[in-house]
Amino acid sequence: MLLLSLAWRSLRNRAVISGLTLLSIALSVALLVGIEHIRRGVRESFAGTIKGTDLIVGARGGTTQVLLSTVFGMSTPTGSVSWATYERWRAHPAVRWTIPYALGDAHKGQRVIGTTAEFFTRYRFRDRSVTFTEGGPPDTDREVAIGAEVAERLGYTLRSEVVLAHGVAAVSFAEHTAHPFIVSGIIDRTFTPIDRALYVTLDGLTAMHEAEEGAGGLMMGPPTTQTEGPAPITAFLVGTKNRFETLQLQREMNEDRAEPLTAIIPGVALGQLWQTIGSAEVGLRVVATLTLIVGLIGMCVALFASLESRRREMAILRAVGAGPRTIVSLLVIESGVLAILGAMTGVAMVYGGIFLARSAVEARFGVALTLHPLGSTEWLYLGLIVVAGTLVGLLPAWRAYRNSLADGLSPSL
Amino acid sequence: MSDRTASRAGSAPAVAIRDLRFAYVAGRDVIDIPTLEFAAGETVFLHGPSGSGKTTLLGLIAGVLAPRAGHLTLLGTDLTTLSSGARDHFRAAHLGYVFQMFNLIPYLSVRENITLPCRLSATRRSRVTDPEAAAQALAERLEIAGLLESRVTALSVGQQQRVAVARALIGAPELIVCDEPTSALDADRRDRFLELLFANVAEAGSTLLFVSHDLSLAGRFDRTLALRELNRAATAGGI
Ligand SMILES: Nc1ncnc2c1ncn2[C@@H]1O[C@H](COP(=O)(O)OP(=O)(O)O)[C@@H](O)[C@H]1O
Ligand SMILES: [Mg+2]
Repeated sequence: MLLLSLAWRSLRNRAVISGLTLLSIALSVALLVGIEHIRRGVRESFAGTIKGTDLIVGARGGTTQVLLSTVFGMSTPTGSVSWATYERWRAHPAVRWTIPYALGDAHKGQRVIGTTAEFFTRYRFRDRSVTFTEGGPPDTDREVAIGAEVAERLGYTLRSEVVLAHGVAAVSFAEHTAHPFIVSGIIDRTFTPIDRALYVTLDGLTAMHEAEEGAGGLMMGPPTTQTEGPAPITAFLVGTKNRFETLQLQREMNEDRAEPLTAIIPGVALGQLWQTIGSAEVGLRVVATLTLIVGLIGMCVALFASLESRRREMAILRAVGAGPRTIVSLLVIESGVLAILGAMTGVAMVYGGIFLARSAVEARFGVALTLHPLGSTEWLYLGLIVVAGTLVGLLPAWRAYRNSLADGLSPSL
Repeated sequence: MSDRTASRAGSAPAVAIRDLRFAYVAGRDVIDIPTLEFAAGETVFLHGPSGSGKTTLLGLIAGVLAPRAGHLTLLGTDLTTLSSGARDHFRAAHLGYVFQMFNLIPYLSVRENITLPCRLSATRRSRVTDPEAAAQALAERLEIAGLLESRVTALSVGQQQRVAVARALIGAPELIVCDEPTSALDADRRDRFLELLFANVAEAGSTLLFVSHDLSLAGRFDRTLALRELNRAATAGGI
């Protein structure tokens, strides 16, 4: 108790240095713990990009490619799925609902997707469904619902006339204006790729392409299985009647004899994708750890720098009966107190920061930061920081020990 | 003063030294004292020029330095048989030390500086009913009562030295050791300081070992010793 109070008084006496040392430790702890919180928030948002869908089915191809092209609107689709195949699986007894997904040509860099009303009622992300700021889903083949970012970037409002056409060539084809679309609704911001897409009906998509003199059809080029009836689609989403049948259904689909398909389980595929892109977080953690090391070295330097001016203090303590071990303990306790207070301040900074910034962060980035209690990783970090801080204090303490043995009661001043 | 000496005459000598040798650097003895003894309750003035080993001898008596050879007995306890930890405990319990200057821990208040020995030693603590009250009483006797809550940095050298005496005396240790405590004081303050020191040491019944190079102070003490005459290392070294 005496040592603790001496250490505390001594730290307070050097308030500016102690404060700065504490701050540097706190900042590195905040960085480390903050990154952990943000990582968790980002991972949860990422995992929530698509929810409630049991299977995503596309033409035979890679898992990631199917996921990227349907959920993220990135990469090219694996091919097309014929309408007949879609209808066949839709009627499968294990299937509760399906959402067709037909990727059309881009509109000013944004994806145009043909789908059905099913999409607006069944699709879930982060346990939410697609809702509208204004208007509603497209009803006719002349209506288009647009994502929040599309509306913002292209300045479209409800009832705006939109000419969906093929990229750069758009201007030169008079026919396109022959089939202009009307904005039927603007979708609430979702912080998912939905924000960057335009949704039309399947008929609307066909009409849009016919207006282009058959110059494209699906983005994949001319459909391979051009049969009677509706145009092929890019992929479809499936909700099963019973979750436990998902794996069985997936296997059946992957073994479809009529048309080669790839069925993926979104949660699994998202997890795999996160493994790949999530490695960026390792870099963040390395940076945070380096910052922490700098913070600890800073503490070591500050304690070392104070030693010379404290030789007299050590001699006084020796004179009133303190042993060299007491001197060592005093300095180690000082660094330990700095490390513990630094760690606590750092954690407080993270919680305070999240508390203040979370609504802004969610509104801006769609990352829901939650004030969850410290996880085992964080406790491990904090434990290591306190241990490392105390160990770092051993170096100046050892020096003080040597000094106090050499000085005895006559420190050279 | 002789009364007090007599009253403790039956007890062991405060300090008894036999063939004590010490060197900072191997082969170069700073201290080599064949025999030296202080009676309990005695006030001793030990003088010697700068560098003659006065502070070193006090370090040995305080148990901070360990002798190379010989015996050093304090209050009947042979320090050379104790571990360094035990010597630290012994010092905390039985010895009060006053430095030439810079006696105080800068981050503690005057009061906390004075009561520090009571917090380090149960023996010292047990000899006062209440450390705070004891500090108050000592401060009044040493005319620093008004400074108890001050920061030590606000004190003059003379005030600091009196605080150091209060700290050395609290809990009435048997031996008070002063290492040139007046050399930073002017003549007036030095006399007043010595008066207060003597009065309070007498009150506590402690043995006083006072070291200085200033022979003019010797008159007040029971005994005056020249370190050069006791210390073979100094004469041999021919400093
Ligand atoms: N910590 C030390 N390390 C090495 N030599 C020392 C140390 N302290 C004192 N000395 C040397 O020991 C001798 C006696 O010093 P000291 O006891 O301080 O003398 P005094 O107190 O009489 O001035 C001197 O020669 C001094 O240089
Ligand atoms: Mg000296």
